[in-house]
Amino acid sequence: MTTTHAEPVHGGLAHEPEKATAEGRNKVLAFWLFLGGEAVLFGTLFATFLALRNQTNEGPAANDLFHLPLVAAATFLLLVSSLTSVFAIQAMHRNRPKLLRNWLLVTVMLGLGFLGLEIYEFSQYVRHEEFGMTTSAFSSAFYTLVGFHGAHVAFGILWISLLIGQLGYKGLTVVTAPKLYISAMYWHFIDVVWVFIFTVVYLLGKVG
Amino acid sequence: MDWITTVDHKKIAILYLWAGGLFFGIGGIEALLIRWQLIKPMNDFVDAQTFNELITMHGTTMIFLGVMPIIFALMNAVIPLQIGARDVAFPFLNALGFWTFLFGGLLLNLSWMMGGAPDAGWTSYTPLSGTAYSGTHGVDFYTIGLQIAGLGTLIGGINFLATIITMRAPGMSFMRMPMFAWTTFITSAIILFAFPAITVGLVLLTFDRILGANFFVPGGGGSPVLWQHIFWIFGHPEVYILILPAFGIISEVIPTFARKRLFGYSSMVFATILIAFLGFMVWAHHMFTTGLSPVANALFAVSTMLIAVPTGIKIFNWLFTLWGGSVRFATPNLFASGFIPTFTMGGVTGVMLASAPADFQFHDTYFVVAHFHYVIVGGLVMGLFAGLHYWWPKMFGRMLSETLGKWTFWTFIIGFHLTFFVQHFLGLMGMQRRVFTYLPNQHFDTLNLVSTIGAGLMGAGMLVFLANVWITSRKPPDAGGDPWEDGRTLEWSIPSPSPEYNFKQTPLVRGLDAFWKEKTAGNKGMTPAEPIGSIHMPSATPLPFVMAVGIFIAGLGFMFSRDDFSSALVSFLFNNYVVTGLGLLITFGAMLVRSLYDDHGWHIEPEELEGR
Repeated sequence: MTTTHAEPVHGGLAHEPEKATAEGRNKVLAFWLFLGGEAVLFGTLFATFLALRNQTNEGPAANDLFHLPLVAAATFLLLVSSLTSVFAIQAMHRNRPKLLRNWLLVTVMLGLGFLGLEIYEFSQYVRHEEFGMTTSAFSSAFYTLVGFHGAHVAFGILWISLLIGQLGYKGLTVVTAPKLYISAMYWHFIDVVWVFIFTVVYLLGKVG
Repeated sequence: MDWITTVDHKKIAILYLWAGGLFFGIGGIEALLIRWQLIKPMNDFVDAQTFNELITMHGTTMIFLGVMPIIFALMNAVIPLQIGARDVAFPFLNALGFWTFLFGGLLLNLSWMMGGAPDAGWTSYTPLSGTAYSGTHGVDFYTIGLQIAGLGTLIGGINFLATIITMRAPGMSFMRMPMFAWTTFITSAIILFAFPAITVGLVLLTFDRILGANFFVPGGGGSPVLWQHIFWIFGHPEVYILILPAFGIISEVIPTFARKRLFGYSSMVFATILIAFLGFMVWAHHMFTTGLSPVANALFAVSTMLIAVPTGIKIFNWLFTLWGGSVRFATPNLFASGFIPTFTMGGVTGVMLASAPADFQFHDTYFVVAHFHYVIVGGLVMGLFAGLHYWWPKMFGRMLSETLGKWTFWTFIIGFHLTFFVQHFLGLMGMQRRVFTYLPNQHFDTLNLVSTIGAGLMGAGMLVFLANVWITSRKPPDAGGDPWEDGRTLEWSIPSPSPEYNFKQTPLVRGLDAFWKEKTAGNKGMTPAEPIGSIHMPSATPLPFVMAVGIFIAGLGFMFSRDDFSSALVSFLFNNYVVTGLGLLITFGAMLVRSLYDDHGWHIEPEELEGR
């Protein structure tokens, strides 16, 4: 438990390279803990949104704004990207760095697609519906909750892209594997948060 | 330079201690100014605005920048040693946590020089903290400074959790862990689940103030009570983030100086867990008078009173540990023994305040001020004094003077009770907190004078402590590995101050109070769990410092992004978020450098361990 080595174990790579070193195991554990904190963060944002979602201040309400087909398309992209990140980690466990890189690239592309749709959605609201950050408590809560998630997606895209670069530069080792693994954990977490946003913000906004 | 690049937990502990001590001093001076203003009725020493700034900064500084970093100092100094680890799980993050705390604190205190400190109370209740009532940048310093400092705390919390879960020495099961390690573990868990809530709260308030959002603005549909919910769902657990480490310190000090094992160890552990759990359930007892509903008030009142049960268990366990022990009243134990009745009094008024109907009378009076100072000063600060005197030889290799230590104790505790005991009665007689003066002949005059004299005495106690530190630092190191001679836990089994690798060989733990167990079995030291081998050490790096500087610049840039400046260039830089971007670029750049260059650290070889 005291020493860590960057070299691959016994010439090849361990079956679960992210857990091959104490440092890697610590990283994965700490990242689970961090996600616990992130859950509280989003929980607080959801609570805020639920408290303020009908406070429209005579501005547009959820029912006037949301266009479900667009949101459904974004949801589809993000859910699939979670699946492709699973494929990436499976490729990592089978020690196939090229396949791993390709699945990560697909994941990033899908994430970019999601982000593009979200930016389009926001710009529509701001331009055509006069629904901005300052319009009402509902608008503030909407942009903050959904925007925080969007910022997480953007950060994830940047992070995974840099890791793809690092993978090409350093290869798949017991140092890079934990980083790739926790970035996938992060990506799943974002996905789970979006499922809640889809339900609480959009579906409840349309029917609630 | 050494200090800027260090990733050694023992050096980071000392950094936390000096930085926390500095802010503690600033908060203390603010307290003395407040007491000076209240020394007589209709005093005009400071005006109302300055008074508001003083009380806000006193509370904020003491809690976030004074006592919490000193707690972190002790945790960093002791925890890896107590669990038999060579280091924390993430030395780099440990340093980053310190620097973000320091730069957040500096940002907050810059407000004194940059157009006015925050003035809405340490709780920053909306709409008082909104732009309508607080037009200066004061509250922006509060939201952004605390945000940055809070980041450091969260990082520290995750680091301690991972360290305690994965890096305990062989044989140290959870139920063999020293109580201070236990309370650190639980405290870190509370930090992890409470701090993100205030992170969100501060973001929302920042958005209200800088981006014109409407979260807490009633005119835009927002809800001021929402701020109180978010603040207190963090703020109440925060109380336990502060007091549980003190419980841990007391649980270490008392068995050492009573020369007996801690009474009811496992009940102590479960009481700690229960307190942490209940701490999250009771936030609305701060909000009885906001008009929630009688049912809600009743539920929160009962759940709050429940916390007295595990806390009572702890008090009795400490008493039973002292009972029949061969007690030695060295300075740490004086503070620990003084802690017990003082903290108990704070607990009793806590139960009084937990009664919703009574709280309508006590609310916003000096009774509340007296209560939480009994808990935080009479509890936590006494605990910190006990811990500092106790572990000082382990941190610095020198024993603090016992004579001066006893002087510190007596001046401090007498001053403390003089200051705050009378405030209960001031509160019951109706003196309001947060108001900058009072009228004569309301029976407030004498008691306020007494209170101010007490505050001066507490200040004198602090000066004695500082003198003790200064005098001690000029003497040659004199502390052995086990300077109290009755050390029970692993940190006393290695030299003082401990070498940078902590343990030459990881110790084998064979029971609770591992070192005591070996000593009573007639062994000189711990049985090693591994042969002497080369020890891996992390490299020093300036990157955490650079990252914190970047965040600091970004925070300042964001804060002034809506301002008009006389210079067109400066306006351009701030209004277009150029400064903010630059700061973030520095931080992300440092992260990039960190990920591009693998740092394998270095090794200390066996020959070196054996001495040359």
